Amino acid sequence: MVSTASMAPSTYVYLDHAATTAVDPRVVEAMLPYWGEKYGNPSSFCRLSDPSRVAMSESRTTVAEILGAGPTEIIFTSCGTESDNMALRGVAFANRGRGRHIITIPIEHHAVGNTCAQLEREFGFKITYVPVDRWGLVDPDDIARAITDETVLISVMYANNEVGTIEPIAEIGNIAHAKGVFFHTDAVQAGGGLPLNVDDLHVDLLSLSGHKFYAPKGVGVLYIRQGTKLLPTQTGGGQERHLRAGTENVPYIVGLATALKLAYDGLGSETARLTALRDRMIRGVLQNIPDAYLTGHPTQRLPNSASFVFRGIEGESILLQLDLAGVAASSGSACTAGEEGASHVLTGMGIETSLARGSLRLTLGRENTESDVDYVLSVLPGIVRNLRAMSPLYASQG
Amino acid sequence: MYTDTVIEHFSNPRNVGIIENADGYGKVGSPVCGDLMEMYLKVSDGRIVDVKYRTFGCGAAIASSSMASEIIKGQPLEVAARLTNEQVAAALGGLPEVKMHCSVLAADALRAALEDYYHKHPEARGEEH
Repeated sequence: MVSTASMAPSTYVYLDHAATTAVDPRVVEAMLPYWGEKYGNPSSFCRLSDPSRVAMSESRTTVAEILGAGPTEIIFTSCGTESDNMALRGVAFANRGRGRHIITIPIEHHAVGNTCAQLEREFGFKITYVPVDRWGLVDPDDIARAITDETVLISVMYANNEVGTIEPIAEIGNIAHAKGVFFHTDAVQAGGGLPLNVDDLHVDLLSLSGHKFYAPKGVGVLYIRQGTKLLPTQTGGGQERHLRAGTENVPYIVGLATALKLAYDGLGSETARLTALRDRMIRGVLQNIPDAYLTGHPTQRLPNSASFVFRGIEGESILLQLDLAGVAASSGSACTAGEEGASHVLTGMGIETSLARGSLRLTLGRENTESDVDYVLSVLPGIVRNLRAMSPLYASQG
Repeated sequence: MYTDTVIEHFSNPRNVGIIENADGYGKVGSPVCGDLMEMYLKVSDGRIVDVKYRTFGCGAAIASSSMASEIIKGQPLEVAARLTNEQVAAALGGLPEVKMHCSVLAADALRAALEDYYHKHPEARGEEH
């Protein structure tokens, strides 16, 4: 079925950067001293703790500068999911005396979606899911209309992880602030690729995850604007201004700050390069494969994300064939016991279930070149054709 | 995630296609994930002389379809009727737990196709016992 093996490039083509990225060697280099040499606990009072404390402080300042925030507004966490949990649960619990209403959208990452669902199920909060259009965009006016006297928090993602659509964050932030409602954005997928200035975005809370921008897995950030009322969800010692107890993961925090700085130092040129590659991929797929559709917004989307649905075939089998051909990609489709087959993001955008099953996400990164894109374009049409030939859901073209 | 046998059957699925005027036809969908499979049987002298299928689904679903078709091809109806999804999965060298429902799809499609055949040929059912 795969007739492409002979064409496979010598190296694996990695097009799953939205899932995770390789740690940049410069980041590894920056982390190295903080394992066995400068290993002191930043909270201790001995000469060994000074370098750790300095590293923490510098890292925090680096991140704060990129976000246009103050260093005291930056909290280091263990991952993007923790940041989302801390933001939602922390604000919900701290402000429950004012109201128990939260507004979000149906295509959030599960880190937000399932946390909201738990707040509703277990803690009596009311969650309003403001619908998105077929591109995955929410209308800020719809958010405004959903606000009630009970609303304490709005959480809308900066960019969607499956389809790359960039939400109108600044407009939503303006609305939230005019009504005195806290506004959180999950910027995990946007981090490293889109501007993060928190004043431009009008956000009170913003989540980041290091491994999406060439830092290691296991470290994240929550920006918390001064004056935001938040109950700590992890209690213990006084680290992170008592908001996130636990000895700081110094090497990883140094790694995250180093990686974020590298990403934003070269942002403009890398954005232009990735956008050109992305559009080459999108054009190539739509021109060469019948019954293929772009998912997400055509232009208001992450520079590195190309996502599609293909009629009549299933996402995992596309991924397996691509993997056999030497390409790493991703699909929102899950075929595992206990999960529905179609992605909640695609169905939330109004895409019919069977079409949503055939989803494919190709996300570019630093090491990708035009030849990587062209290689995918040389193998993907055949893969889709072969899978369709054996699908009872696709009428063959004779 | 998958065994070499699963990958091999997924990459080169056996007996894909349809049979015009099949003696038995079955179409089943998985309530778990929305996978879909249809199976066509050609029967002669109480044996499955040909089998074809088309599958919409993941790697495990396609490999299970292929393996099931290989196992039953040439077999007497009563032998084919006893095929279980565990046997299909075992012949594939095992499936991940979360993918076992895909092997059920293949067994169910076969069951539906055999039902259709017996419905059209009630006399054949007697021979089974």
